[in-house]
Amino acid sequence: MNFDQARFSRDDVYEPLLSEKDSTTVEVDADGVLPDDLTRDELTLPGLSEPQLARHYTRLSQMNYSVELGPYPLGSCTMKYNPSFTEDVAGDPNAAVHPDRSDRTIQGTLGLLHGLQEYLATIGGMDAVTLQPPAGAAGEFAGILIAKAYHEARDDDRSEIIIPASAHGTNFASAAMAGYDVVELPSDEEGRVDIEALEAAISEETAALMLTNPNTLGLFERDIVEISEMVHEAGGLLYYDGANFNALLGRARPGDMGFDIMHYNVHKTFATPHGGGGPGAGPVGVVEELAEYLPSPMVRETAAGYEQYEPESSIGKVHGFAGNWLVLVKAYAYIARLGDEGLADASAKAVLNANYLASQIDLEVPYGPFHHEFAATSGDRDAADVAKRMLDYGVHPPTTKWPELVSQAMLTEPTEVEDKASLDDLAHAFNAAYADSDEALETAPSKTSARRIDQVSAARNPRLSWQSLEADEE
Amino acid sequence: MTAGNGRRVGSPYAPHTDADEADMLDAVGVDSVEDLFDIPEDVRFDDEFGIDPTGERELRQSLADLFARNEELTEFLGRGHHAHYVPALVDDLSRRSEFLTSYTQYQPEIAQGFLQVLFEYQSMLVELTGLPVANCSMYDAATALAEAALLANRLRRGASGHRVLVPEHIHEGRLGVLENYLDGADMEIGEYPMDDGAVDVDALSDLVDDETVMVYAESPTVRGVIEERLADIGDIAHENDALFCLGSDVVALSLLQEPASVGADVVVGEAGALGIGSAYGMGLGIFATREDFLRQVPGRLVGVSEDAEDMRAFTLTLQTREQHIRKERATSNICTNQAWVALRTAMHIAWLGPDRLVDVAKDAVVNARDLAERLDDISGVKAPVYDRHHFREFVAYTDQPAPAITNDLAGRGFAVHALDDHHIQVCITEANADAADDLVAAFEEVA
Repeated sequence: MNFDQARFSRDDVYEPLLSEKDSTTVEVDADGVLPDDLTRDELTLPGLSEPQLARHYTRLSQMNYSVELGPYPLGSCTMKYNPSFTEDVAGDPNAAVHPDRSDRTIQGTLGLLHGLQEYLATIGGMDAVTLQPPAGAAGEFAGILIAKAYHEARDDDRSEIIIPASAHGTNFASAAMAGYDVVELPSDEEGRVDIEALEAAISEETAALMLTNPNTLGLFERDIVEISEMVHEAGGLLYYDGANFNALLGRARPGDMGFDIMHYNVHKTFATPHGGGGPGAGPVGVVEELAEYLPSPMVRETAAGYEQYEPESSIGKVHGFAGNWLVLVKAYAYIARLGDEGLADASAKAVLNANYLASQIDLEVPYGPFHHEFAATSGDRDAADVAKRMLDYGVHPPTTKWPELVSQAMLTEPTEVEDKASLDDLAHAFNAAYADSDEALETAPSKTSARRIDQVSAARNPRLSWQSLEADEE
Repeated sequence: MTAGNGRRVGSPYAPHTDADEADMLDAVGVDSVEDLFDIPEDVRFDDEFGIDPTGERELRQSLADLFARNEELTEFLGRGHHAHYVPALVDDLSRRSEFLTSYTQYQPEIAQGFLQVLFEYQSMLVELTGLPVANCSMYDAATALAEAALLANRLRRGASGHRVLVPEHIHEGRLGVLENYLDGADMEIGEYPMDDGAVDVDALSDLVDDETVMVYAESPTVRGVIEERLADIGDIAHENDALFCLGSDVVALSLLQEPASVGADVVVGEAGALGIGSAYGMGLGIFATREDFLRQVPGRLVGVSEDAEDMRAFTLTLQTREQHIRKERATSNICTNQAWVALRTAMHIAWLGPDRLVDVAKDAVVNARDLAERLDDISGVKAPVYDRHHFREFVAYTDQPAPAITNDLAGRGFAVHALDDHHIQVCITEANADAADDLVAAFEEVA
């Protein structure tokens, strides 16, 4: 495997902007439509033909790496193959309905949503699930609002959320958005929750502990039952971050571990496309005691069919409508396609692949044993440089310099969709890049559409639109 | 792994052969995959979900059967989720796997294609709003509005209060999301009255004070009214040192006054009106603002830089505002966003070009006006209820109970919205204008 990326001409290595190909200014003449003072005078946008656009976007696509071009082992991101057919079924014209339609006229849509609520509840060991949050972080926010509503209903004023230092940054941001103070928890020598530190952090101010399990080093929190008891004894709730759930399908369920609230990253665990950064979907599952606080609307089945309803003490809404519908359809189709055996096998192969890859690379892998991902360290070599050099060996590199617990971390998650040959290629890329000269690392990459990009100047002199580029030229 | 009958069991997307699996286990030094799971016995799951795996063909059929349970209705529905015709080009090219199955552009050298698309999307929003900074997507209009309010609050820390003023006619979904986002920031929401479907500017003026950090207005409103006094609303906000946030959508922005010219500090709203069609409320939030608020903007920004050969190159930038670096001090928790929808919207805008985009917007005015006039001719119907200019949609009064009207229309193949006991709302775009004659005929029968 050796992947060279498209560069369209050596004189002009980039695909021109639409505005450079054509920029058309039209006068906006609203005579007879609206009074002049309510309308703009002119509008400037590209005015290209369809064939020109088809070439533009096709060329741009060829300047973009994706999971269908090769391994994409970004740790905690679960970039696995997205089946083609789920895309097709999501495009069923009968599924394209407006959210203001009456329940009676959209029984198919509501039936799928209800089915997905049930699937996710079963897989996570939860009692009720909302599909509304449009991303994992939105799920975190909804989950923390549910915890807050629960405490407030009991006149139990609590101000803190405990989060391990290695957790996803969204955990901290979501807790803060909900108005909580964050108590950061250090890890122990084995990379797991430091029980003594947790003991010290827990108090009557603790509203919840947010945990990722396996954690961001791929380590299962073995003391989870003890942790759960500690949090619950103090009156707090236990929140499960579903980013790493791919490691546990069919083998352990957050609900059984004592978690009260969880979010599912369906775009990770259930293989819906990440779309270059979204859309995702972040359904939230809760135990029975919290079901009354779920956002509105929920879907239930009655003798007369499916209907939407507002839970008794609903927190209200976290999306203007019902969330990212197309993503939910794909998740439903994926789960139904795999079933019990497929889901369990996905986890088995994801864990096997991570452990096999770790055994084949020359970099040190501290901690362990790990599940679906591991944090290798590039030691005295810069992890970001090693990553850039890996691009030259035809693969997407892992997540770098995170979590901070491992210095020069290369957090690697191959997922279940890579076969042995592909993992051997990945290991080769790791090992070859790691062994390359300083110069090779610092000048990489060379086979991509762009060479090493100066990120500092982008931030120092922000140019965020083609209008700003034109202004610069003048 | 294969079962006795040769059928593969397990994930159809895990490519391992038995021989490879054995080699890999050997290399790791364990006898079975189960040995790799470091899960204590007391939390192991040893039951079944009871979900039967389904073949692709069978599953395709069962989902088609399920969706066929949705009644086939011609929708004249709007209220924040609008469906314009989406060209085939958008479906075709956006589904290229290089776009669809890629991730956030953490390695920009290998993601120039998507970064450029997002940069072009940002640029289109700059043109449509007149504001110099646009991010490359929020989840939807409701969350974009909520983020705007949080931004206003951060910028106006010196204000004596933390109140956001919104119109009394605001979509319940937007209000609900706003309430949730503002709760954690100890902010409050005040509603100002509307007069004949538009902002009651005098009443608003009395309500804005030193405790107000943001005034939010929409054009078109949730009831389809085009606001005529946006500049006055902006002035009122600014005189009180509050931000003026304008809600709109990409089609309306192509025709209506540029938000920057009426004093908007932030523009939020829907862009999914172009790009995804009827997707049960799934949308794309826009967020544009002034240059001096740049470091307070939520979400992702794509910027221009140079590569090692001094060639222009794109990269995510100003990430020090974001949650993965700033954690609880980030401008927002948004991480996964709606990038692929932004790509579809950019493609759709480019496909239309400025001429046809403006035509689509004009049609939204003309079709709504014509349809309202035709409904107004029907005995027992008054339309539009508001004596205003409308965009895409309008409210009609019906002598008959509105729920009965919508029910009867559904029986005749049309979906319209019942607003309350005697008001319905109708939305028309170029995508359903062909069905207007039939809707009017059906209306005559039921009204």
